[in-house]
Amino acid sequence: MNIYISFILSRQIHTSGSFNYIIKMTRLRVVDNSQIGKQAMFEGKPPKCIHIYNKLNIGYIGDKILIAIKGEKKKGILVGLKQKQQAKIPKYDSNNIVLIEDNGTPLGTRIYVPIPHILRTVLRQKTYSKGADYTKLLGIASTFI
Amino acid sequence: MAITGKIRLNLQFKKPLRYFLHDSRKISTVVSEKINENLKESNNERLDNTKLPLELLDYRFKFAEFLPDPNPLHRNKIREKLERRDMLLRRSNVEIPEFYVGSILAVNYSDQHAPGKQNRFLGICISRTGQGLRASFILRNVIDKMGVEISYFLYDPTIQKIEVIRLEKRLDEELFYLRDAPPEYSTFPLDMRAKIHAHGTCVPINEIKVPLNPLPWLQRWERMNMKGIIDCKSMVNEKRRIKAEYKIHTKPWEKYDLMKMYRETIPIEEQKEIFAEIYSSLQEHEIHRLKSKRTRSLVKPIKTG
Repeated sequence: MNIYISFILSRQIHTSGSFNYIIKMTRLRVVDNSQIGKQAMFEGKPPKCIHIYNKLNIGYIGDKILIAIKGEKKKGILVGLKQKQQAKIPKYDSNNIVLIEDNGTPLGTRIYVPIPHILRTVLRQKTYSKGADYTKLLGIASTFI
Repeated sequence: MAITGKIRLNLQFKKPLRYFLHDSRKISTVVSEKINENLKESNNERLDNTKLPLELLDYRFKFAEFLPDPNPLHRNKIREKLERRDMLLRRSNVEIPEFYVGSILAVNYSDQHAPGKQNRFLGICISRTGQGLRASFILRNVIDKMGVEISYFLYDPTIQKIEVIRLEKRLDEELFYLRDAPPEYSTFPLDMRAKIHAHGTCVPINEIKVPLNPLPWLQRWERMNMKGIIDCKSMVNEKRRIKAEYKIHTKPWEKYDLMKMYRETIPIEEQKEIFAEIYSSLQEHEIHRLKSKRTRSLVKPIKTG
């Protein structure tokens, strides 16, 4: 009987956590020193994800996304996620992005936070000749973990 | 990763000797000789058995991952035995030290994505889960003002070395509240030097209490009764404070639930069996480790350049 009552009571509270993956309208954090990114973070208006360039529509590490930032559309790369990761892949306290141009060149010149090593492999796989070169982003990273 | 049950063993035996003495309690004075003889024999056997368990009482904390998942649906004796054999084989190759939640560890592992194919991470162990080969732990650190967590499988073949920088325990079994605490409580320099823990001494408990950041939090800490948090109930509003004292959250009936402990733990008889099986090889590894430590300290430094 006790269990039955507790079961009914437990239906009235939320026991599930929030989704930690990147979907449309997710707020993100810009971690490079690009002018627009710094300004947006300073004003307390972090960018929103408005499109994810993969077939799942869920952003994972190294995926390219389209964001709305200060009334503009920019592209960015996910460089660190809050979501639970596989073993040996770092999990961060915030969802981090680095802004890039269409050809893969980063807007900023420095990344403030550590970047996971796995991004080297992921970005190399996504880069193909005559397309965007995403590996330029690795050049401006300060630390890798 | 498969979802595995938690190990909650510390609650099991508050007075361990009682469990051993309980079996060999005195029987009423008038007994026939036969029974007396039988008793003597069985007592001797018990004495022999008790020699092992008293040392093994530590083993259930030290080598907790050797104990299987207490859920009977996940039990498979053959699989468990094979897993234990594999774990010992792994332990003969790499030293897996004793550590607890709250200890600071550094893990060296080969990483195919890193330029030198090698990587190292240092952090505080915030949780240990899983049994057998699935045993894993999570390390947390704050690097460049960014909180980072990495989980490792304890018996991962890519791990080259696990260093224990500080061997200590904290007040709680899980330290996930460090995610909601100010960064200085989970910041450790990556070049932290190891503090040597004297062999055979008990593991110190770090009784540090952590304040939390203002709301929102990742979990409802006011309901969790964590010992390592400073007064989180005063930070939440009236409604949440009242809700935290609901019986459904405080669960006052749990202390009367006799089966709960049984369901969540492996009985002592089974523990004895398991640890008696692995005792000799664990001892061998221990002796080998101490020997190699001694020889390592005698190696002359080589001149370079």
